[in-house]
Amino acid sequence: MSKFRDSAHLLRVAAVFILGTLAFVALRAAVVPKSFGRYGPFRGDALATITSHPIAYAGHGTCEACHPDVQETKAKGVHARVNCESCHGPLAKHTEDPGSVIPVLPEVASLCVRCHSQNSAKPVGFPQVDAKEHSLGQPCNTCHKPHSPGFDEGGKK
Amino acid sequence: MILNRRQVLLLLPAAAAAWEFVLAGEPEAAPNYNMSEHWWGMLLDITKCIGCGSCVRACAMENDVPDGYFRTWVERYHVSDWHLENPQVDSPKGGKDGFPPAETAGGKNFFVPKLCNHCADSPCTQVCPVGATFGTPDGVTLIDYDYCLGCRYCIQACPYGCRFFHPTRHTADKCTLCYHRITKGLTTACCEACPTGARQLADLKNPKDPIHDFLKTHTVQVLKPNLATGAKVFYNGLDGSVR
Amino acid sequence: MDGFMYPNEVELQWSLLIVLYPFLTGLVAGAFILASLERVFRVDAVKPTYRLALLTALAFLLVAPLPLQLHLGHPERSLEMYFTPHRSSAMAMFGFVYLWYLMAVLVLEIWLDYRQDIVLLAQSTKGWKRPIYRLLTLGSYNISPGALRVDDRVGWIITLIGIPSAFLLHGYVGFIFGSIKANPWWSTPLMPVVFIFSAMVSGIALVLLMYMVTSFFRRTTIDMRCLDTIAKYLLYAFIIDFTLEMLDLIHRIYESDESFRSLDFMVHTRLFLSQILLQIILGTLVPIGLLGVTQVVKFTEPARKRIYAVSGILTMVGIFAMRWNVVIGGQLFSKSFLGYTSYKVDFVTREGLLPTVILLLLPFVILYVLIKILPPWHEENIGTLQVDSSD
Repeated sequence: MSKFRDSAHLLRVAAVFILGTLAFVALRAAVVPKSFGRYGPFRGDALATITSHPIAYAGHGTCEACHPDVQETKAKGVHARVNCESCHGPLAKHTEDPGSVIPVLPEVASLCVRCHSQNSAKPVGFPQVDAKEHSLGQPCNTCHKPHSPGFDEGGKK
Repeated sequence: MILNRRQVLLLLPAAAAAWEFVLAGEPEAAPNYNMSEHWWGMLLDITKCIGCGSCVRACAMENDVPDGYFRTWVERYHVSDWHLENPQVDSPKGGKDGFPPAETAGGKNFFVPKLCNHCADSPCTQVCPVGATFGTPDGVTLIDYDYCLGCRYCIQACPYGCRFFHPTRHTADKCTLCYHRITKGLTTACCEACPTGARQLADLKNPKDPIHDFLKTHTVQVLKPNLATGAKVFYNGLDGSVR
Repeated sequence: MDGFMYPNEVELQWSLLIVLYPFLTGLVAGAFILASLERVFRVDAVKPTYRLALLTALAFLLVAPLPLQLHLGHPERSLEMYFTPHRSSAMAMFGFVYLWYLMAVLVLEIWLDYRQDIVLLAQSTKGWKRPIYRLLTLGSYNISPGALRVDDRVGWIITLIGIPSAFLLHGYVGFIFGSIKANPWWSTPLMPVVFIFSAMVSGIALVLLMYMVTSFFRRTTIDMRCLDTIAKYLLYAFIIDFTLEMLDLIHRIYESDESFRSLDFMVHTRLFLSQILLQIILGTLVPIGLLGVTQVVKFTEPARKRIYAVSGILTMVGIFAMRWNVVIGGQLFSKSFLGYTSYKVDFVTREGLLPTVILLLLPFVILYVLIKILPPWHEENIGTLQVDSSD
């Protein structure tokens, strides 16, 4: 009997630990988001937040739906695979409200050289020029139609 | 809850319909998208990249990437002769404004676009202490910005340097493979903007995706294969000097 | 920035605070190991420092999470680590190791060792300390010889469990770094082992210095047998620690893998002061030399005290430098092995020098309070205390 009495204080310690554990479990149940673990070891609702991010680039399919004429011109030329927003920038806002959101035409002087300025790291065979020598200060669309710039397909102005 | 037979008969088909979505794992904001039907990756063709930086700009605009940080970037390599272990590499502002003409003549020069590799055995998700970064069932590594502690362990664990610490949100951040776009049938912003088709989104589970033919007919690599990360961004024409 | 780095690598992610954190937990583990020498391995000579070592460990363990909290982007979410721990993450599992060590080892051991004093003080003290003591008794006032025997027995078991727990506590921190395959400066199986032994070195040196400092302020004579023994164990731990670090270095130089050239350059330039000068020469070779000399040449007592004090201080500086070299060094080079960045420590920012200094001083403040509440030395106690040898 006295042996038990001499260890009784250990029971008090155990009680503190048990109470602490119970408090932890209760707090956990209250705090952990309900969607946690739905698809894996993460908060399932995060997917909804991530997928609801607004879209800035409409995608060339959307452009082609309203601008089939441009698409036809482009499809015949060397810029066939260059998507509209590659040059025109993000246009999702325009597709939502085509009337009032008018996209600003890109500035030719800086636009074309971004891809076509000469650089030793560009693949050989990719059309690249030294802009100053090639155009002598003239903007590129003086001679080239942006949507179909190659001369073989009648791209010359 | 005790139901009579009529109630059960009414509830069963509704439950069956809902169950299909539960099993499929449907992210709430994208109806008709079934996560288990996709396994996303990307194909980067070094032979086509012209270093225009359109991808970097498009990503920044689509995803509100803060200035000075990069979810994707382009590197330029200059390799003189056989010195594969000593390439000269630069990436001015991540290639966002393109590249100035190179000063070094001769040798081998090329561009390498980089982004999160959405690794199948991702070291970054392995180390996250709370499950704030995770791999989705369709193979995209994402970050839960409302759960991330900002401990930056994932940034340390990524071998590719694709993660950064968001300066205002104070969480980790990185390429999401434009998850908000691909779950709606669009391609990523970087692939949309790429003028040469050097970047192409790939759905490795879609039998009609051209990547399957491409992988059968071209020699492709991943970055740092010795680390066995299960990277799903494949490079065509990657030189041995690329770090 | 020099050379080429991936654009997102230029900015360091883990700052001075993350250098401080393994330093603090290392001191905890080391101080505890010294205490356990007496309890489990019956090295009676170090008995005078037993309680002091335990209180020191507790003071530093309480401060250890603070640099982490200051560093987090969202410290208010830190409890997520306990509620939804990602089991594959060493960092998440470490949260539980910390909790285990704090509650089930350290606090429990201190409570059991002090219980007799607590009960007596609860009955005899007046003033603000009395409710504290009464709370600490947990309502039990049984200090019969039988109860004290139970305390001793259970305390012994806890110390026994505590030794691997202390290794786990700091070895885990080493594993947090050592398991990162992306970083060749960190990724080595030796990392947890090196951390453990450098922790022991720093912890033993800390207790040695604390014993000398507290004896000075209390104007009591130092038990030289105790001090000599602590210094001896410090030397042993140092030799093992140095061997391990040299093994890592020699292995790297010999294998010379793709990262070696870049790391070598980094050590010789950006880390020269902190690694070669502070960590290796001043922080390891000089203390080993000084302590080694005291083992072969018989110095006078005042000379030995001075040598131990100098060695202790140099050791603390050297081990802090080691943490700096691991944490900061691992972020100064690019994972492309083609470039380097630099790290500037600010002063009055959240992760700057000032908070670091405050966090380094805070454990001593806490230790002072702990000593006042739970005096390690019986001469300071008032009231009806029996003088016994557990001093």
